[in-house]
Amino acid sequence: MALSGGTDRGSHRMDKSIILPPDEIFRNLENAKRFAIDIGGSLTKLAYYSTVQHKVAKVRSFDHSAKVSFQETDGDPLYEISVQEEITARLHFIKFENAYIETCLDFIKDHLVNTETKVIKATGGGAYKFKDLIEKKLKLKVDKEDEMTCLIKGCNFVLKNIPHEAFVYAKHADSEFRFQNTHPDIFPYLLINIGSGVSIVKVESEDKFERIGGSSIGGGTFWGLGALLTKTKRFDELLQLASKGQHTNVDMLVKDIYGGAYGSLGLTGDLIASSFGKSATTDKEFSKEDMAKSLLHMISNDIGQLACLYAKLHNLTRVYFGGFFIRGHPVTMHTITYSINFFTKGEVQALFLRHEGYLGAIGAFLKGAEEDNPNQYSWGENYAGSSGLMSVSPELNPVQRARSGTFPFDMLEMDRLERQLVNLPLLHDPTSYIPDTVDLTEDALARDYWLYCFEDALDGVVKRAVASQKDQPEAAERAEKFRQKYRHKLQTLRHQPFAYGSLTVRSLLDTREHCLNEFNFPDPYSKIKQKENDMALKYYLKVVKSVEELSWEQRQFALVKGLLAGNVFDWGAKAVSDVLETDPEFGFEQAKQQLQERPWLVDAYSQWIERMKGPPHKCALFFVDNSGIDIILGVFPFIRELLLRGTEVVLASNSGPALNDVTNSELQILTERIAAMDPVIQSAFKEDRLALVQNGSSSPCLDLSRLDKVLATVVRERGTDLVIIEGMGRAIHTNYYAMLSCESLKLAVIKNSWLAERLGGKIFSVVFKYEVPSKSQEQH
Amino acid sequence: MDIGGTLVKLVYFEPKDITAEEEQEEVESLKSIRRFLTSHTAYGKTGIRDVHLELLDLTLWGRKGSLHFIRFSTHELPAFLQMGRNKHFSSLHTALCATGGGAFKYEEDFRTMANLKLFKLDELECLIKGVLYIDSVVSSGLSECYYFEHPTDPELCEQKAYNLENPYPLLLVNIGSGVSILAVYSKDNYKRVTGTSLGGGTFLGLCCLLTGCSTFEEALAMATEGESTRVDKLVREIYGGDYERFGLPGWAVASSFGNMMCKEKRESVSKEDLARATLVTITNNIGSITRMCALNENIKRVVFVGNFLRVNTLSMKLLAYALDYWSKGQLKALFLRHEGYFGAVGALLELPNPS
Repeated sequence: MALSGGTDRGSHRMDKSIILPPDEIFRNLENAKRFAIDIGGSLTKLAYYSTVQHKVAKVRSFDHSAKVSFQETDGDPLYEISVQEEITARLHFIKFENAYIETCLDFIKDHLVNTETKVIKATGGGAYKFKDLIEKKLKLKVDKEDEMTCLIKGCNFVLKNIPHEAFVYAKHADSEFRFQNTHPDIFPYLLINIGSGVSIVKVESEDKFERIGGSSIGGGTFWGLGALLTKTKRFDELLQLASKGQHTNVDMLVKDIYGGAYGSLGLTGDLIASSFGKSATTDKEFSKEDMAKSLLHMISNDIGQLACLYAKLHNLTRVYFGGFFIRGHPVTMHTITYSINFFTKGEVQALFLRHEGYLGAIGAFLKGAEEDNPNQYSWGENYAGSSGLMSVSPELNPVQRARSGTFPFDMLEMDRLERQLVNLPLLHDPTSYIPDTVDLTEDALARDYWLYCFEDALDGVVKRAVASQKDQPEAAERAEKFRQKYRHKLQTLRHQPFAYGSLTVRSLLDTREHCLNEFNFPDPYSKIKQKENDMALKYYLKVVKSVEELSWEQRQFALVKGLLAGNVFDWGAKAVSDVLETDPEFGFEQAKQQLQERPWLVDAYSQWIERMKGPPHKCALFFVDNSGIDIILGVFPFIRELLLRGTEVVLASNSGPALNDVTNSELQILTERIAAMDPVIQSAFKEDRLALVQNGSSSPCLDLSRLDKVLATVVRERGTDLVIIEGMGRAIHTNYYAMLSCESLKLAVIKNSWLAERLGGKIFSVVFKYEVPSKSQEQH
Repeated sequence: MDIGGTLVKLVYFEPKDITAEEEQEEVESLKSIRRFLTSHTAYGKTGIRDVHLELLDLTLWGRKGSLHFIRFSTHELPAFLQMGRNKHFSSLHTALCATGGGAFKYEEDFRTMANLKLFKLDELECLIKGVLYIDSVVSSGLSECYYFEHPTDPELCEQKAYNLENPYPLLLVNIGSGVSILAVYSKDNYKRVTGTSLGGGTFLGLCCLLTGCSTFEEALAMATEGESTRVDKLVREIYGGDYERFGLPGWAVASSFGNMMCKEKRESVSKEDLARATLVTITNNIGSITRMCALNENIKRVVFVGNFLRVNTLSMKLLAYALDYWSKGQLKALFLRHEGYFGAVGALLELPNPS
């Protein structure tokens, strides 16, 4: 049921001296269009679509056509790098207290340049109340949208587009928040919206949902009855009272009637037999805290029970809870979870959403943006522009906060991704696939280490960023801003590891990339990559020739070793970037010597060789890692051998830059150059036995559940039967445990001594994991 | 006896076919107890004999007699035990069959204070036995089981007798301090489906806190005078009318006590309004959970019992209405005249075979 106007907030006055921080809030308003607003009882959520101009590094092959052979280009760079402006779409969502609505509207009006926008979609109980104000201030027509429709639309959107959107709450566990995997099919589910009343909605598909039930005992009952009983006016204060109370003083428990448990029915003595039952039978005074607690239990249990009855009747196991009663309040998340566990004996889990407060605004926005087909695209949460879970602490008194001069707000920004993202069709079980190897939210030791590690590496990243833009004098200033932003994110994560879903090495890396982009450092490694690619290309023929001379067995080993040695060249790993920075002559041969001798830390080489003696694979999908020596002297000779065996090869590389990882556009040029030197590559490339595809990501890690749709199609069409994943980011930090429905090879050199030790090895230990799905798995 | 969280229910069989010899042999204490119970209609502070429920000309264990129904507050159990001691209950060499939680909680007190040994019986089993027995013996006069015809039309709504001869399957909802919901498939085949802590105790407890009243009768009297719509927020107050998109009528309660979020409205409601809203909230919630259980168990007939319904026509009509309206006429709410006494009756029936 709708949230009625937050009547007890009363005054919507605010201190006019509060100045909005324009760099942080309502960003990119200049290009904003399609506004939507969701005004609840106490919080306003504003949504708009905008475009962001980024600098991107583009590579373009020099025209070498005039030159006859490779040798003659010696000394010239392989390709040129140019920084271009690119426009991408972004969704902005801002949440603030209703008290600030006027100031915010003024701010928007002053900064809104775009005049095309005529209407603002509005939803929520307060939309009506503030209609005139919005129309007067913004000169936009307020167009009201059905609240429930918006809510469901928003819910579908976040469930589909934000990994780790949903979580289970466990108050007493090591990590309070256990994030859920994004299920490839989010339907059907039950949404229990606890506003002033309760609505129970069954959602079957994007457009099909039904309110199957509800209850009048909801947040309004807690608030209204609570205010009567305790003379406490505010919802948040009531929750605070409740968290301090003892319900057993007010409720009649089973043991109050039975003297103990009601054993034959399995009802324990502590179970509430009659809510408020003691206040009818004794004349004593009851404390506010105790009554609030009893009320909270009564309402949470009742909602939980009804939710379970509806879930059972409709045979649904995914049950999400939202509404202002829940909205990030640990107290109510706990009591609801408890109730659900009690009534379903664990068969149904209570799920909560990270962006629950935004659902209405997102939905209203999507209603208004239908002509842009937002559902046709994939979207990604921008970690740089989003404030994460619970940044507006509901426990804080807004008046106090206003006095302290800070403007409390919460933001979510989502980037429209250029490519539509889907599962890798070769995932054994997409529903149970977890990309990340270690969940740092749960592993405190690993969390401390990695947070320290990323903080420690920050100086180097800043230095690298500045160095990549020597020609721009303000680069240092921007880099400093980047440093502050990323450091702030790390600090937030230290206190709230769950702020953006499960904390992982991948999310730390991705956040860094998002922050770099935010300050226009789109590709700090572009020049280094270029230099390394140039250098490595010179050795390509030599390497190919040297392996060709070897016997079959020796050659296979040399190729694998080359692949591993190439992977030592990784700027992402601090140990290596130190060496590379101080000793640029650190060569391919030296790298081979650094490698651990067999048996490796994980060593399935013998099984791999046995397999290689057998029939060739039909098609190998290779997720490549770094530029330079890695791709040119490691990967190419290796896939050359596969091609010669008659295996088709698909090289999957990043769509956008991340560290020194080779991007798809760079790989395009490199492949052409290698093809020009090597007839084997040339014919394969020409005949499409060697294909280049982008993976849809700009991350040094790899999420096999979010890959470019084209890649998925290629994989399917070519009957891919071997997947090779290379490098720490893609094969260790992520996908180490990923189960595929075909053969897979995961290989990496551990270039971090802490991680190596954790895995039971030393720095430069080798992981060579070759897996063949079991028979039962194949049938799956 | 059925010793609940709030009330003790006592059922007493008074043989009327006592011969002169028997009377001669009868010990004095038994006579005095019989006289005490049958000549009064009120006992102590809270004890009441529900004379209108008395069943005459009953044959039980080959004896003809009357069944008396007495209730008193569980708080007064110590006084009851004291009386039992004074009147030498223990000398009767008769067993006292007891059910309800108190049979377990106060077993020791019965022994030490009144020298009485309790035969403890499961309350759900007693409840079902009691319902089936009473319905079977009440044939003449007022029917035990009844329902409300046209529950959704206040003009036409009227109480009608219902024949509970073939009761199965049956959803039995016992509303005492708390609520238990049983699915009954046959005399011996039943299960507790679920329960809720929002029951009669909650109604009275909240009313006491909100209005300062102290008895169920007071609370109910206030509720009768009050207007819940001043306290609850209705669908039409949010949507201006029906929420058609989801088939919610404007008169439906969107948020119980929802208007009480607002200070001005808190100050303008009466105690009677609050009592009424509490009654409506608790009753509707029981109706809603019951309806879901009926759907899940695929049972169409629902019998409501328990002392929350005593003299509480408001709640009964509300339950009848809610079940009929939300199930689109699929579910029928049935009520029994001896509302809260079935557990005690079931316990009494165990008297000849205490094991």
